[in-house]
Amino acid sequence: MSDCHGNAPRASLLPNPSIRPPRSAVDRPIIVAIVGPPNSGKSTLFNRLTGLRQKVANFPGVTVEHRMGKAKLKGSQDVFLVDLPGVYSLHPRAEDEQVTHDVLTGERADFPKPDAVILILDVTNLGRNLVLAAPILSLGLPTQVLLNMADDLTARGGKVDVAALSAELDSPVALISAAKGTGIDRIQQFLLGTAARLNTPPVRIELPVLQDLPKCRQWAANLGMRASYRAPAPPLWTRRLDAIFLHPVGGPLVFAAVVVAVFQSIFSWAQPIMTGLQQAVASSGQWLNQVLPDSPWRSLLVDGIWSGVGSVVVFLPQILLLFLFIGILEDSGYLARAALIADRTMAKFGLQGKSFIPLLSAYACAVPAIMATRVIENKRDRMATIMIAPLMTCSARLPIYTLLIAAFVPNIPVIGGFLSLPVTVMLGLYVLGFVTAIAVARLLKSSILKSSGSSFVLEMPPYRWPTWQSLGLRLLDRAKVFLRRVGTVILVVAIGLWVLAHLPYSHGKAPDLEHSFAGMTGKAIEPLIQPLGFNWKIGIGLITSLAAREVIVGTLGTIYGIQGDEQSKGLQAAIHQDLSTAGAVALLVFFAFAMQCFSTLAVVKRETGGWRWPIFQFSYMLALAYSGSWLAFHATRYFLG
Amino acid sequence: MPAAQKTLADLRTGERCILDRLDLPESVARRLMELGFLPGNEVIPGHRAPGGGPRVFRVDGSEVALRADTAARLYIRRDPESDLIVLS
Repeated sequence: MSDCHGNAPRASLLPNPSIRPPRSAVDRPIIVAIVGPPNSGKSTLFNRLTGLRQKVANFPGVTVEHRMGKAKLKGSQDVFLVDLPGVYSLHPRAEDEQVTHDVLTGERADFPKPDAVILILDVTNLGRNLVLAAPILSLGLPTQVLLNMADDLTARGGKVDVAALSAELDSPVALISAAKGTGIDRIQQFLLGTAARLNTPPVRIELPVLQDLPKCRQWAANLGMRASYRAPAPPLWTRRLDAIFLHPVGGPLVFAAVVVAVFQSIFSWAQPIMTGLQQAVASSGQWLNQVLPDSPWRSLLVDGIWSGVGSVVVFLPQILLLFLFIGILEDSGYLARAALIADRTMAKFGLQGKSFIPLLSAYACAVPAIMATRVIENKRDRMATIMIAPLMTCSARLPIYTLLIAAFVPNIPVIGGFLSLPVTVMLGLYVLGFVTAIAVARLLKSSILKSSGSSFVLEMPPYRWPTWQSLGLRLLDRAKVFLRRVGTVILVVAIGLWVLAHLPYSHGKAPDLEHSFAGMTGKAIEPLIQPLGFNWKIGIGLITSLAAREVIVGTLGTIYGIQGDEQSKGLQAAIHQDLSTAGAVALLVFFAFAMQCFSTLAVVKRETGGWRWPIFQFSYMLALAYSGSWLAFHATRYFLG
Repeated sequence: MPAAQKTLADLRTGERCILDRLDLPESVARRLMELGFLPGNEVIPGHRAPGGGPRVFRVDGSEVALRADTAARLYIRRDPESDLIVLS
């Protein structure tokens, strides 16, 4: 998964290429590109080599991401690694293949040509993987060929003569296991020697004509033969697991069980940590209140910043848990099976199985999800997926969902004690978002995005154990992004709101909330939202949450913080004053549908190349939100009497 | 070319065959060839997604899922020496 809400920084690790010294100098940073087919363990290797010294960046002008990092080496020479998108060939067709091609050939003006290449291949399927060696070696850059998953190869009875292959390729070859960390010293040796190798002549071996795929495959097969390659036995465990996960009855059942288990554990496991954090925020706020002298600044700090930002920070554990589960599903290889299972259903709504992967990521965050739609080759399928992705229940909705459910839904068991009512309501909201999304997709695909026949081609990677390192790095990345947002967007909104809630001064005193600028704005839109069961205070929250959904919780925190006497009662109790149960249901539905996220709109604009689609998306979702919550308000009122 | 030439879509699970030709647009065909669907390669149909969705094919050491309409454009010839084997 890629950067959430990311205004990803450019690769500023590197000096401007135009002022770089000539290639023969060795006192400048060395750049080594990591290239390999998808599922070859490229990212695991990159994490292994760089650890925490890495960052995600975007190539300007295109949406393709790459990661840069400084290699952990003993020498004095700095070596920077760039992790390029996984490719099967250098035949530029898709955008990410184009980028990989242009970077490696030095055709990108904004990115220096790498000094060397690390080509990582899956040795358990060497024949097909070696095909990529032809275009890479033809680049003429010093190249180390890594045969990854060496542990798998020997465990399943395969073998390869590394020295022979090295001689055939006229390049260093090493057997490694990126997941286990074996053979890493060989890579570090290669990296340390890069500077000395800058002017080595290109390899002297005969390469096949790159356009002729059968020839290239034959070349790879011959190489394998001369290196005494014996392919390992087929992965037994993958067969066994697929017999279960793709079983006509068992498959969908496992799929449903995985989804339910993920959500149930998010709410039961995260709860104690969240309660602890909540208490920490509340008691530290009280402590600040006692030690600071009474002034408007204390009010700004405690009521504005502390309660505003604090009420959002408590959701960090829950969001990280969700990303952890999605990370495990993705790294283990199950996500590809899920896409396969989903394809038929998605096809009924005009989409395809590949839409499933971004849509699942959208449960964490729509921004990486929309960037992940690049795997969908069909432009119209891709556009439809982008349009519906924000309807998936992203983690930014969790704060308001959790708050309202805890405040209004009694904790009683349902369905024979299998689930509790709050969990059922939460699942219901997820289902609501999903069902609406596919209905919208159906509508779009049968009208403005009609397309004839799309294809679905997806490689099923073998199942693998996710590594703690890559899961950990992923979570660290998410936590940083989330906290950066808390520190910027949410902080700014919290301060801005506090200021608006304390102006205009009359008789040298701050006004009541009702007569402040914030209150006046809320009052102004009250007639519009009264039919939905919301009053002006909720109205203030709706306006501030246009920036980002989770802001509403901070806003409510600030609103009730301002009133002073609610500190101890907590947000859950306080919100009962302003919201009936029917209003709460309406508010839940509003947040399920409305497009309240600047970051998503910005990324949709970037991906679709204009404002047309984001404006359309914002409008249709707002219309859905308004009519949906109106219906929900009146229906709930009717049923509850 | 005989009209009745079989395609990948006609095979039962585990029925080995040799790929003969791909009747698909250049871009799709090239992608499939990169994934191992090269004329002359052996292809073995495996699991089908529940409910008649795409099917997994074992080809050139890996497993690739294709929809039935794509599989129906990949023409095959039977390998004379092959037998029906059961994938489990």
